[in-house]
Amino acid sequence: MLEKPPVNNDFLRQMPGADAHLSKQSSLFYRLHIDPILLGLLITLGLFGLVILYSASGESWFYVQKQALRFGVALLAMLVFAQLDPQIFKRWTPVLFALGLLALLGVMFFGVGAKGAQRWLQLPALPRFQPSEFMKLIVPMMVAWFLARRYLPPYFKDILISLLIVVVPVMLIAMQPDLGTSILIASSGLFVILFAGISWKIVMGFGVVFTSLVPVLWSFYMKDYQKQRVLTFFDPESDPLGAGWNIIQSKTAIGSGGIWGKGWLEGTQSHLNFLPESHTDFIIAVCAEEFGLVGVLVLLSLYLLIVLRGLNIALKAQDSYCRLLGGSLILTFFVYVFVNIGMVSGILPVVGVPLPLVSYGGTSIVTIMAAFGVLMSIHTHRKMLVHR
Amino acid sequence: MKGSQPLKDDNRERSIFAVRTIIAIFIVMGMLGALVWRLYHLQVVDYEHYNTLSDKNRMQLQPVAPNRGLIYDRHGALLADNQPVFSLSIIPELVDNLESQLSALRGLVDISDDQVKRFRKLLKRARRPYQPVSLKGKLSEAEIAIIEVRRHEFQGVEVIAQLARYYPFGELTAHSLGYVGRINEEELATLDERNYSATNYIGKLGVERFYEAELHGTAGLQTIETNAGNRILRVLNDVPPVPGKNLVLHLDIALQAKAQQLLEGKRAAVVAIEPSTGGILAMVSTPSFDPNKFVTGIDHASYDALRDSLDLPLFNRALKGRYPPGSTIKPIVGMAGLDVGAVTKSYSIMDYGFYRLPNEERLYRDWKREGHGRMNLFTSITESCDTYFYDLAFKMGVDDMSRYLGYFGFGQNTSLDIDEARSGLLPSRDWKRGLRGEPWYPGDSLNMGIGQGYMLSTPLQLAAATALIANRGAWVAPRMLKQTGDKSIVLSQRENALGDVSLRKPENWEYIVDAMESVMHGKKGTARGSGYGAQYRMAGKTGTAQVVGIAQGEEYDAEALAERHRDHALFVGFAPVDEPQIAVAVIVENGGGGSVSAAPVARALFDHWLVDAERLNVGEASGE
Repeated sequence: MLEKPPVNNDFLRQMPGADAHLSKQSSLFYRLHIDPILLGLLITLGLFGLVILYSASGESWFYVQKQALRFGVALLAMLVFAQLDPQIFKRWTPVLFALGLLALLGVMFFGVGAKGAQRWLQLPALPRFQPSEFMKLIVPMMVAWFLARRYLPPYFKDILISLLIVVVPVMLIAMQPDLGTSILIASSGLFVILFAGISWKIVMGFGVVFTSLVPVLWSFYMKDYQKQRVLTFFDPESDPLGAGWNIIQSKTAIGSGGIWGKGWLEGTQSHLNFLPESHTDFIIAVCAEEFGLVGVLVLLSLYLLIVLRGLNIALKAQDSYCRLLGGSLILTFFVYVFVNIGMVSGILPVVGVPLPLVSYGGTSIVTIMAAFGVLMSIHTHRKMLVHR
Repeated sequence: MKGSQPLKDDNRERSIFAVRTIIAIFIVMGMLGALVWRLYHLQVVDYEHYNTLSDKNRMQLQPVAPNRGLIYDRHGALLADNQPVFSLSIIPELVDNLESQLSALRGLVDISDDQVKRFRKLLKRARRPYQPVSLKGKLSEAEIAIIEVRRHEFQGVEVIAQLARYYPFGELTAHSLGYVGRINEEELATLDERNYSATNYIGKLGVERFYEAELHGTAGLQTIETNAGNRILRVLNDVPPVPGKNLVLHLDIALQAKAQQLLEGKRAAVVAIEPSTGGILAMVSTPSFDPNKFVTGIDHASYDALRDSLDLPLFNRALKGRYPPGSTIKPIVGMAGLDVGAVTKSYSIMDYGFYRLPNEERLYRDWKREGHGRMNLFTSITESCDTYFYDLAFKMGVDDMSRYLGYFGFGQNTSLDIDEARSGLLPSRDWKRGLRGEPWYPGDSLNMGIGQGYMLSTPLQLAAATALIANRGAWVAPRMLKQTGDKSIVLSQRENALGDVSLRKPENWEYIVDAMESVMHGKKGTARGSGYGAQYRMAGKTGTAQVVGIAQGEEYDAEALAERHRDHALFVGFAPVDEPQIAVAVIVENGGGGSVSAAPVARALFDHWLVDAERLNVGEASGE
């Protein structure tokens, strides 16, 4: 059956060059299942990140080299994921989800960790790993897998099942405790449900229920240090040398950067160690201090372009599973950005969410690039499927 | 089939997804907008605020303590030095668990409960973040080594080197120089906070306290860049401190040592003044204490021992000891009697050993039971006849006596730079009525005429009054400071309280001085033993001050009285008579008679100052 052009043609026209590019299919990139636009943006972002990291780490080549290596590994992971046909993901999703849940339970009972949090799993003959990182991909896959098989927009019953798929792993992760990751995973699952076409009335209903649950979560579920973070968020000056220190110092770093910044390597807040965790979660403050508002706008523009490109890929995806998964992954990526910058600039409580591809750190960068690999796979395999 | 579930409609799903994507794009843009709005506020609207915060963060104004001025004696001997001491301090902000840190430190070095208590007190005081709080002062080298070796275990613990006062002569100068100690809360409230922000010590007593402003100097100011760990990265701006001025005192440490040696083991005081300048050559109060102990903080046990000692080592007898002057004021009273015309040089009385007021039963007894016989003013001074002075005092009355004694500096602190000096007590009609609500009785005048009764004086006052006689009426206020290091005038001195004393007949000065000379050299002089064999002529007057009143008709037996109830021995004098170079006042508590205990001390000091010192200067031996 000959289909009419998709309804979203209007939208595509707003993305100049996107279609034109797609028509030159037989390039090296397409044989490697890589989307050059996305790759270009990601590499640009990664390099910018390394420049900031060099300054944020106190001009340490060691950190920069290590992070560059990780970025290389992450690119490799992206490449591997991009080669796999989305249908393979789709087929294996329930199995992966079951394994993921098992691993999370394993963490609960046999996990290892530090600083009062138990997040790692050490299995024989395997390197130590964080099951919650895998769940960042598996949970949206599972919800997409489930909803793609149901009638959309989803019925209320299917929404409840979808929510259950999300809530169980999120609870397990929140109990580790890892608030940042559980928020990211919860939102990745919810994005799938939203993209599937859940009625806004139901969304509002859930919103009301959730809001009323907040006090319960507060008193029975949250750890003291998590409560402290939230309390500090509302009044950072109450403990300027303790819990409020991070926020005050990062706001000072950002604010003192002004429009044009103090210049690369000239940031006093980070270089004099006033800024805590300047090379990890708070790295955006270094960027803002040294490159000013202009620098941050450049960074935000890069993120925006990546998100738009990701949504574009999701829009053109071939089936519901790919669409929902792609849309969810890219919006989750944006949640990273928003939560991180929001917390560093003091409009959100401090939760341990890194700035994707810029913050120094191992596991999350691989997961994020793997997610982009999935997106590229969705994009490139669609073409190959059509032209086979 | 699939039950109630309708067939999936791919187009519908696509269109829903497209709509939701557009909504998502709007939401993403909105959230990005919120971030940008936030950043705009931080970086543009509130830029000034955060820029200031940032500067404050990394740039600290660090005051730099000036070096305290040194104190020298008249010949340049260093009396007060600055030496480095090492103290153990903690930067609380860098310590995770203060309690465990404290107990760990106490396991390493000896830290007393007092020190911990003081540390906690200091901790509660307002201070800048990352400022070290002192835990233990004066670490020994072994302690420094122990701490330094295990430094890595003690985050936030620092060994800080500072200059602290050191008094090389220790006990010898405690009562003349005073000492410095840690600034206490009371002082903190009144200090110039800026100038003292880096200073830990302040003059507590004596010269150290009086010339605090000159000695302290002006604090410097460094603008330093630090990191959050308070490590100094670089100095951005440096205003160096202005060190305190060095002081040169009139004090002669050799004479001081001599006096100390002479008074060893006694509760006594000596003040020696140079009559031409009023400069205090020696000021000794025994027993004394080691002022160095007070600098870095004395421990409670040592302090209690000093405070509770019956001999009162902390008490500066030279300045604060209030003693009845006894017969040492007779030359002054006699001079007053001549000047107001109560007696004449030729006037004499017959002394039978007592004096009786008209219409009174009570006998006022002379120290010599059988009496001195016929006495005039000159012989009464030489032999210290009480009866003559009873008569003189009765004739002169309290008003004139009090007035003239006032001219000589009694009843007030006349020093230029000794705040601790007590004013003693110069009784008068008004004083007695005001304080006791009683009228002045003629008997009170009699007692006052021989320096007993209500009148109280300090050794410093006696020495200053003696210097005035030595100067034949030219008043010089007693003073410690000779000059400051840069010879500029020191403005913080007190006003000169007195003027010169001019007698109606100036030749009376010589008459009195001659009488005092005969005390030392006359056949019947009470201190002739101490004047014997001197290469120079000296003038003096002995005195004996009763500690307990002796009841009417009772025999005074020095042996029988407990040692602490024995009379105080006093002596005032100057030498040489014609060109006085030194005037002294000596008091030996419970020393018995002035001629026995006090006069020999003065003689030894005269010898030291006039003969030994001359020998040193000329460089030739001129033995007797």
